[in-house]
Amino acid sequence: MDTNIFDAIVIGAGPAGLTAGMYLARAKARTLILNDGTAGGQMVLTHEIANYPGVESISGYQLATIMRNQAKHFGCTIRTNVKITELDLDGEMKSVEVNGKDRYGARTIILAPGGRSRTLGVPGEDRLKGKGISYCATCDGDFFQDKDIIVVGGGNSALEEAVSLTKYARSVTIVHQFDHFQAFPHAIEEAQANPKIRFVMESRIAEFIGDEALERVRIEHIPTQQLTETPIDGVFVFIGYMPNTESLRGKVALTDSGEIVVSSLLETNVPGVFAAGDATTKRFRQITTAVADGTVSALAAMEYLRTAAAPDARTVIAAQEEMVV
Amino acid sequence: MLQTNLKHITTEQEFRDTLKNNEQVMVCCGRMGPMCIPVYGVMEELEGEYGNVAFRDMEFDGPIGHLIRTLPECSSFRGLPFTVYFKNGKVVKATSSIQTRDQVTGILDQHFSVKQHGHKHL
Repeated sequence: MDTNIFDAIVIGAGPAGLTAGMYLARAKARTLILNDGTAGGQMVLTHEIANYPGVESISGYQLATIMRNQAKHFGCTIRTNVKITELDLDGEMKSVEVNGKDRYGARTIILAPGGRSRTLGVPGEDRLKGKGISYCATCDGDFFQDKDIIVVGGGNSALEEAVSLTKYARSVTIVHQFDHFQAFPHAIEEAQANPKIRFVMESRIAEFIGDEALERVRIEHIPTQQLTETPIDGVFVFIGYMPNTESLRGKVALTDSGEIVVSSLLETNVPGVFAAGDATTKRFRQITTAVADGTVSALAAMEYLRTAAAPDARTVIAAQEEMVV
Repeated sequence: MLQTNLKHITTEQEFRDTLKNNEQVMVCCGRMGPMCIPVYGVMEELEGEYGNVAFRDMEFDGPIGHLIRTLPECSSFRGLPFTVYFKNGKVVKATSSIQTRDQVTGILDQHFSVKQHGHKHL
């Protein structure tokens, strides 16, 4: 058998992709998991997970490591930090090219690319990342002891992290584009009650300014388009997540916001192609829901292989029933 | 102790020896946090591909973290991890915050000598 031909390829190694890999490999399907970063996805961004059933408390890194080891133990081949350079989802045999040279084929593909923190995309942001601009309060908060900082955003993450950053900072200014917050009431109340926090509403960061490190920001008041320049030591950005689906546009059906459209069995509009996890159209994005997606997509993919794929593939997946225990 | 598969630098003597005994060294100084873990992961993978580079990590809050934290090249850094590239004991490049594999290999290919292709088992 060609070593580059698998029964299933999973794109993404977050909780959805790793779970899908586990179920596929445990059913004796030759499974390849490809990931463009380190295994674990957004899960590794969480310092402590206390609501994963069966585990009282665990770090995201530890849980990701366990899931990765489980997937490998069941027989998955895992390639991390690779770049997918070509993806052909048409026809019975799908193919994926990695790093411009390695090509893999499979009859079914599960897309679990996850998401990433949204960035502002304004001048100076890339250059001053890590030099005053941060996306992780628990990582970088202590660099801003007794400093003046800005938190950008109006959701739960922004308001909760703003409160958390008051442990370090002298002042925290929340800059939000709307005249109201999207966060839960308790998060808003806690932020409003904190004497170190002030609010700049209906405004956005238009530019980050600084040579070696961030020195100032240019803030636009959106209704009036009036610009003001403010000296600042740090800016933390918490404006939500976006799906990693840019490379899938035109290959599977996506919503306007880039989420993969799926059925209740996590089928995409392309036969043999399934999707799971945070990049799909769904209301709630949790590790537990990603794991559930991974399970459903793997079972659906196995059913697809058994019923729709060529006869020689059916023998490979004959042990599917074994995995449902 | 950092939970990585990289060699850890834990004493000042180890740090000096590492720079003295290796022409090209990449040190990632961080914590087990979300911005640091991906960089360790990239380094672990590159160990199999860049045989002529010594990949090491160091605890940011450990007793010798100051050896990296206080480097002039890191004076403007306010984001973990601090990643420093040494050639012949001298700093040739330093970065702050998370870096992708492409960013890391871009620096290695630009500042270090020709890479040695190793074999990495999947």
